[in-house]
Amino acid sequence: MSHKVAAPGLFDARITKRAAVDAFKKLDPRRLARNPVIFVTEIVSAVVTAFFVRDLLAQNGAASFSGQIAAWLWFTVLFANFAEAVAEGRGKAQADALRKTRSDSHANRLIDPQNKSGMKDVYEGVSALDLRVGDVVLVEAGEFIPGDGEVIEGVASVNESAITGESAPVIREAGGDRSAVTGGTTVLSDWIKVKITAAPGSTFIDRMIALVEGAQRQKTPNELALSILLSGLTIIFLIVCVTLWPLAAYSGAALSITVLIALLVCLIPTTIGGLLSAIGIAGMDRLIRFNVIATSGRAVEAAGDVDTLLLDKTGTITFGNRMADELVPVEGVSERAFVEAALLASLADETPEGRSIVALAKSALGFSTPDLGPEAQIIPFSAHTRISGVDLPGRTLRKGAVDAVAGQVKSIPVDFERAVERISRAGGTPLAVSENGRLLGVIHLKDIIKPDIKSRFAALRAMGIKTVMVTGDNAITAAAIAGEAGVDDFIAQAKPEDKLAYIRKEQQGGRLIAMCGDGTNDAPALAQADVGVAMQTGTQAAREAGNMVDLDSDPTKLIEIVAIGKQLLMTRGSLTTFSIANDVAKYFAIIPALFVVAYPELEAINIMKLASPQSAILSAVIFNALIIIGLIPLALKGVPYRPVGAAALLRRNLLIYGLGGLIAPFIGIKLIDLAVSAIHLA
Amino acid sequence: MTSIGLAQIAIVLIAVIVAAVPLGGYIARVLAGERSLLTPALSPIERAFYRLAGVDPTRDQNWLAYTMAMLAFSVVGFGSLYALQRLQAYLPLNPQGFGGVPADLAFNTSMSFITNTNWQNYGGESTMSHLTQMLGLTVHNFVSAATGLAMAFALVRGFSRAESPTIGNFWVDLTRSTLYVLLPLSIVVALALVALGVPQTLQGSIEATTLEGAKQTLAIGPVASQEAIKELGTNGGGFFNANSAHPFESPNALSNMLEIWALLVVPFATAFAFGRAVSDYRQGRAVAITMMIVLVTGVLIAYWAEASGNPLLTEIGVDPSPGNMEGKEVRFGSAMSALFAASTTGTSCGAVNSMHDSFMPLGGLVPLFNMLMGSIAPGGVGAGLYGFLVLAIIAVFVAGLMVGRTPEYLGKKIEVREMKLAMLAVLIYPLTVLVFTGVSVMLQTGLASLNNAGPHGLSEILYAFASATDNNGSAFAGLTGNTLWYNTTLGVAMLLGRFAFVIPVLAIAGSFAAKKKGAPSVGTFPTHGPLFIGLLLGVIIVLYLLQYFPALALGPIVEHFALLAGKTF
Repeated sequence: MSHKVAAPGLFDARITKRAAVDAFKKLDPRRLARNPVIFVTEIVSAVVTAFFVRDLLAQNGAASFSGQIAAWLWFTVLFANFAEAVAEGRGKAQADALRKTRSDSHANRLIDPQNKSGMKDVYEGVSALDLRVGDVVLVEAGEFIPGDGEVIEGVASVNESAITGESAPVIREAGGDRSAVTGGTTVLSDWIKVKITAAPGSTFIDRMIALVEGAQRQKTPNELALSILLSGLTIIFLIVCVTLWPLAAYSGAALSITVLIALLVCLIPTTIGGLLSAIGIAGMDRLIRFNVIATSGRAVEAAGDVDTLLLDKTGTITFGNRMADELVPVEGVSERAFVEAALLASLADETPEGRSIVALAKSALGFSTPDLGPEAQIIPFSAHTRISGVDLPGRTLRKGAVDAVAGQVKSIPVDFERAVERISRAGGTPLAVSENGRLLGVIHLKDIIKPDIKSRFAALRAMGIKTVMVTGDNAITAAAIAGEAGVDDFIAQAKPEDKLAYIRKEQQGGRLIAMCGDGTNDAPALAQADVGVAMQTGTQAAREAGNMVDLDSDPTKLIEIVAIGKQLLMTRGSLTTFSIANDVAKYFAIIPALFVVAYPELEAINIMKLASPQSAILSAVIFNALIIIGLIPLALKGVPYRPVGAAALLRRNLLIYGLGGLIAPFIGIKLIDLAVSAIHLA
Repeated sequence: MTSIGLAQIAIVLIAVIVAAVPLGGYIARVLAGERSLLTPALSPIERAFYRLAGVDPTRDQNWLAYTMAMLAFSVVGFGSLYALQRLQAYLPLNPQGFGGVPADLAFNTSMSFITNTNWQNYGGESTMSHLTQMLGLTVHNFVSAATGLAMAFALVRGFSRAESPTIGNFWVDLTRSTLYVLLPLSIVVALALVALGVPQTLQGSIEATTLEGAKQTLAIGPVASQEAIKELGTNGGGFFNANSAHPFESPNALSNMLEIWALLVVPFATAFAFGRAVSDYRQGRAVAITMMIVLVTGVLIAYWAEASGNPLLTEIGVDPSPGNMEGKEVRFGSAMSALFAASTTGTSCGAVNSMHDSFMPLGGLVPLFNMLMGSIAPGGVGAGLYGFLVLAIIAVFVAGLMVGRTPEYLGKKIEVREMKLAMLAVLIYPLTVLVFTGVSVMLQTGLASLNNAGPHGLSEILYAFASATDNNGSAFAGLTGNTLWYNTTLGVAMLLGRFAFVIPVLAIAGSFAAKKKGAPSVGTFPTHGPLFIGLLLGVIIVLYLLQYFPALALGPIVEHFALLAGKTF
């Protein structure tokens, strides 16, 4: 990936500072109510604080304990807020940079777009903020494009680095698949007329800013479902703690509200509750750093669920152009003579195919670049004759489509025909080379599969994702390339509606489909696919239809997008498991501490041998708060995803986060207890 | 623990599995409306019922209609049973001439029987007329179990159907469950019990002359028939107050084994039926194995605790080799008592062949925890499966996230709506059990019923509410349940435990049925292998341990440690 934006350090000083301040601002209960687990924690923290004040005034000796509990409960809330603020802070830095491009630029608006009088167009200068959808503006070299739109006239090179980070200019022209322009980018040369398609405030850059800032972040469906699980657990533990009071009273143990609250906060899933929104924001952020803009969090989650990837052959599976792979001379022609002829015929050919022939000739037989000499006459390729070549003194070299070249020669050797047939059957394109009207041999042009693509497809298969190649080639060619690249299926001679039909068929079978596309004719399929990634270089229609835009226009990125989606869900699941597993150890710390006076026999389950009841409860609460801070890096970076089957993945994550979650707090609470009792906090 | 004891346990459990596999296939066929062995004999009767009731058996209901039908049926059942008890003095078949049942007890008993709980705050032989027993209680023994089976299959259809607005027809499910499954099985088991010496007569009692020449009145009646459905329908309401410990309910070791077999076989078969219904045998097998592991673990803990004997008695010279025999029948011993206790609470049966109250603290912890888990190992008829599947949904949700996909079970995505409903269902148990227990220990009227102080008393109250909520019906004894407070609160607990749980479950069924069925791939983790079983076990244990650990710590756990320290209460 050419130019990923470097992620700031996990605890970048500037972001951390801003997040620390935000953590306090987020204490506002109206904002916290969105997060039920932490909201409950805040309420009970306030209650314990009230008890602390009462203890302080009553001077009953309990103030030190209730004060410390209150402090750590507040820390729990603050740490959770901090986690969210750090995640948001990382996006804010990027948003600031984007905002600079959205300066209050000036636009030349066409006064009468339907100018039929034949007179010269008349423009007025307006602020970019006054533009409305449907307005037409003229943008000339050196000017900012004032808003998202479609080129209706002209052609220009545009610098889009503001959004893509890519400094090489791109061509934007009326008609075709490269007509979309983005507000905030700059025209470098020539001029274009742009029809505005987005009102100020809802342009691409505006949406991008909103996304990276997480300003209008809606909980995604899966996040909502998880929140319900967490809220349910919170209610269950509320019931457990509230009813423990009468049970304890029956058993002759008078429990203070403070210790019951301490128990409650230890039991409710504060760890995942505190980190949940940070995980979501960080997932979106990872995607953005990858130069992919998702229009909704829902799309990112859907990416994790994708079962089938629809990939265009050209540019994704193969390099964009065919390349020479083999040079086959006919009988009676030496290899050397044929290769030399092919080389000379291609020297002036600047197409990628021509260059690839030169490169192959040089590498195969060690030719150095020959000089054609001053008399050489270049015959450029024409679509009409489908032949190119060079005339040297006494030599007429021609290269081109087999039937075209064959039409100019006297005889066609049998082995030539055989070679042509073999190449065609293998999915390649044969090119004939002739000298002075005599066939010399065949050049095998071949789709070159990207070197690492096969292993990536293997990885996808291990993830349970089926890959489907879409190509305009005939079935034979498609099958050959599909076999070589290792895709699971292909659609040959594909028309846009074939893609759409394939997507519908797969969806009918209960599978989720991802695809990428750039042309207007891709738009219906992009809209139908569960994850549609539009290329930034594509048309406005494609960008509107998809639910993600890839700023690098790199179709292989679909694979990473899927991995990011999976990572997002995995991080949530793993931390939930960890959070719940933690509770077991907390019981072993707190329950004996609560009842040791009423039932000294329960000391038997104090297997951690914690110093005193107070220290046990305090240690559990401290552990519960600190673990949030400890897991922020994991929440932001995400649980590492490996392309292995689901069973292996589950086994691994269960072991680390399930078993680890059971064991870790036993060690953590014991260590904290040692520290707490060493410095006589309890 | 002895090898003979372990062998006895193994024999019963193997016999259960051997029978459950084919029975599961049969149940699946019956509830799918397919032809089965008994179709020629029973379908005319079945069709006659539909004609009589005006039910069109080919018309499926959506989840709401299904739920309303189930509720309507239960309401009518409750009303008629209540009336029958109150009016039994004026009705025929009352040879002992019992008076009407008091209002609170009749409420409790009606609730108890329509919810498949069979909590008995009365002595059957000294309270209920033959008519009440046969027309009221026995009928509900059948239909409440059949209702459970119907609801389980409604949920199963949620998984097996795709993009369907309906989940089956309650009236058809109810009829077929009763007619094809419970009735034939009961006849077979009842005959076997009669052969083993269980009485079956309409006579009220017989006079016997004891060895000392004294006259004794022995209550008898249609015992074997009620006994069979008591176990097969996981009802648990005995003909006699002493339940399966009574020699007329279970005269010997063989009848005891048969009864344990009968109470386990239908729930396990339901698990296999589930596999067949979703066209993946392995899914049902995984569920059955998980249930079996939980059951066997409980049996072994209880057996170990009971076989070890009471250390305090050992200290004063009592031979510990037979184990803790207080409250146990000599003809059953520790092993078969432990197996019965774990099975009757692992299912929501609630029949007993020994006094759970007299178990060692850890031995008593097993039936208690089995019920706190909602009786899912293997659970009541139908209720076990749907209770288990709700837990599976939660387990799959967490696990599904861990593999990086929107969680799905059997191809059905678990989304916001299903999660809401599943949590709603799961909340009912702790809410009912813990709140009622908490309130009871604060009230004088709640404490007055206790026969034991200290942690054991707490266990008794906790046990009662766990048993009621779980629709189990077994009693720890030691708690006088026939009071206004307990009759009412336990009745409400049964109501919530059954209906507040199952309504969300049926809603889940409707929601799943309407969904598309996703295709499995390597990326979806398999829900039939050892990994999934391990995951389920982990989720079940951790989830319930976390909910009830504090309460258990103050009950059986502290009692255990106190006993080791030589302290009693």
